Amino acid sequence: MAVNTKVTLSGVQLDNPIIPASGTFGFGREFAGLYDLNILGSISFKGTTAQPRFGNQTPRIAECPAGMLNSVGLQNPGVDAVIAEELPWLAEHFSKPLVANISGFSVEEYREACAKLDKAEQVGILEVNISCPNVHGGGMSFGTDPSAAAEVTAAVKEVTTKPVYIKLSPNVTNIAEIAKACENAGADGISLINTLLGMRIDLRSRKPILANKKGGYSGPGIFPVAVRMVYEVYEAVNLPIIGMGGVTTARDAIEIMLAGATAVQVGAANLNNPFACRDIINDLPVELEKLGVSDINEIIGGAH
Amino acid sequence: MKQILLTVDKNERIARDIWRMELVDGDAGIERPGQFVNIALPDFYLRRPISVCDYTPERLTLIYKAVGQGTEYMTSLPVGTELDLLSCLGNGFDVSVPWKKPLLVGGGVGAPPLYKLAKELIAAGKQPHVLLGFASAEDVFLADEFAALGVPVTVTTADGTAGIKGFVTTAMPDIDFDGIFACGPIPMLRALCEATDKPAQLSFEERMACGFGACMGCSRMTKNGAKRICKDGPVMDREEIIWQ
Repeated sequence: MAVNTKVTLSGVQLDNPIIPASGTFGFGREFAGLYDLNILGSISFKGTTAQPRFGNQTPRIAECPAGMLNSVGLQNPGVDAVIAEELPWLAEHFSKPLVANISGFSVEEYREACAKLDKAEQVGILEVNISCPNVHGGGMSFGTDPSAAAEVTAAVKEVTTKPVYIKLSPNVTNIAEIAKACENAGADGISLINTLLGMRIDLRSRKPILANKKGGYSGPGIFPVAVRMVYEVYEAVNLPIIGMGGVTTARDAIEIMLAGATAVQVGAANLNNPFACRDIINDLPVELEKLGVSDINEIIGGAH
Repeated sequence: MKQILLTVDKNERIARDIWRMELVDGDAGIERPGQFVNIALPDFYLRRPISVCDYTPERLTLIYKAVGQGTEYMTSLPVGTELDLLSCLGNGFDVSVPWKKPLLVGGGVGAPPLYKLAKELIAAGKQPHVLLGFASAEDVFLADEFAALGVPVTVTTADGTAGIKGFVTTAMPDIDFDGIFACGPIPMLRALCEATDKPAQLSFEERMACGFGACMGCSRMTKNGAKRICKDGPVMDREEIIWQ
């Protein structure tokens, strides 16, 4: 039985639903020597801001049970350098539409970066991150308030004709309400979840391990939270969802699709297993066939 | 980078909290001294980055310090355990320097990568001098192995229980050298650079997640922009370092 794994996000067709998540895959350079990037459904590249950013001081990484904290703080070369240096390299190594992940510290910065990436032919979807927990005075503060989330969504929609997916924070009491606000402001889709805010403390120094004190928790430990939130957002909005948060195996991908995701991002798993996306893509048709599924589209939202 | 499964052939304590692990049954593919491996451990989410002390296509020697839960767990691994490694990580030391008398400075568990480096420098006809700094006599390791290579070795301890009492910079003025290769704590690397103007390649350490350049977890700002300790380093030229 040949299993169809093609899915469509707002008119952008993916050969399979598996996309490496922003911040765990750079711009693909570190993985291109390991496997052919064209096996991927798409690539959500490193969170890009209007201006170059170094990010936070180190330590930026702390281990957790079933995952890790990071407080990288959106280190990136800035949108102009991404367009001048990273997209041309990607054009040579990846022939499919990209997911451009964009962050900002003001509505104007989101607009600037989105307007520039709107012109990039390789970009299929703009994924607007209003949920980075590691920056101050921006990022997550847009993603924890429905009116601010709507404001960013509407502002970005004005400067692009590409589909806009808003990437939401799980660090809220009612994620469905935020998703609904984005939908009403014109969002074409929702990406969720970003990392969960956490902290680890060193027993000897009695100080937080991360220089930034707090960081975002990712890895399999957050998977059930992601499944629950995708499920809730699927019920609340009539938009395609890119589900993510601790996805490690093809079975995880199927589970989060049953909750309501059309496509699936794989994040922290890339860091301890650089072949994670390849392995999931290879396993996905096998696992679907075991479940008697011939077309992956029939499982999207199947748990409802 | 390459991923490889290797088998523990030896795992034994050689000094206080310091362990030597030898791995066999495959070629780790190390290309330069100063590179490292990132080891997957069952029940730990992140791999453990460990510098390479010595290697042949048949045998990989690591010396590590039990400093946390992961490395403490490593000390319990019996001979015959199969480990999943990401290997050939980082840039390593550049031995194609014109220095005739390089000084190799190791602080504590920074000493291991200098061992294979010393071998390669000797093979290249250079006359290395090894300078090792430790806290106390019971922390000293590798000094005899360096001496067995036929190179002069100077040991310092902070409490004076072995070798010269003081720090590596205490002993440095009495050694004739024309360049430095160093690995150790950042305060030691900085003190070296303040004590001499000679050229230096410095190997840095940082908490990291992936170890191959993807996560930006270990970045350090340099005069040449942001660099990843794991991928653009761990070895950097002293001229590019911004001391914070």
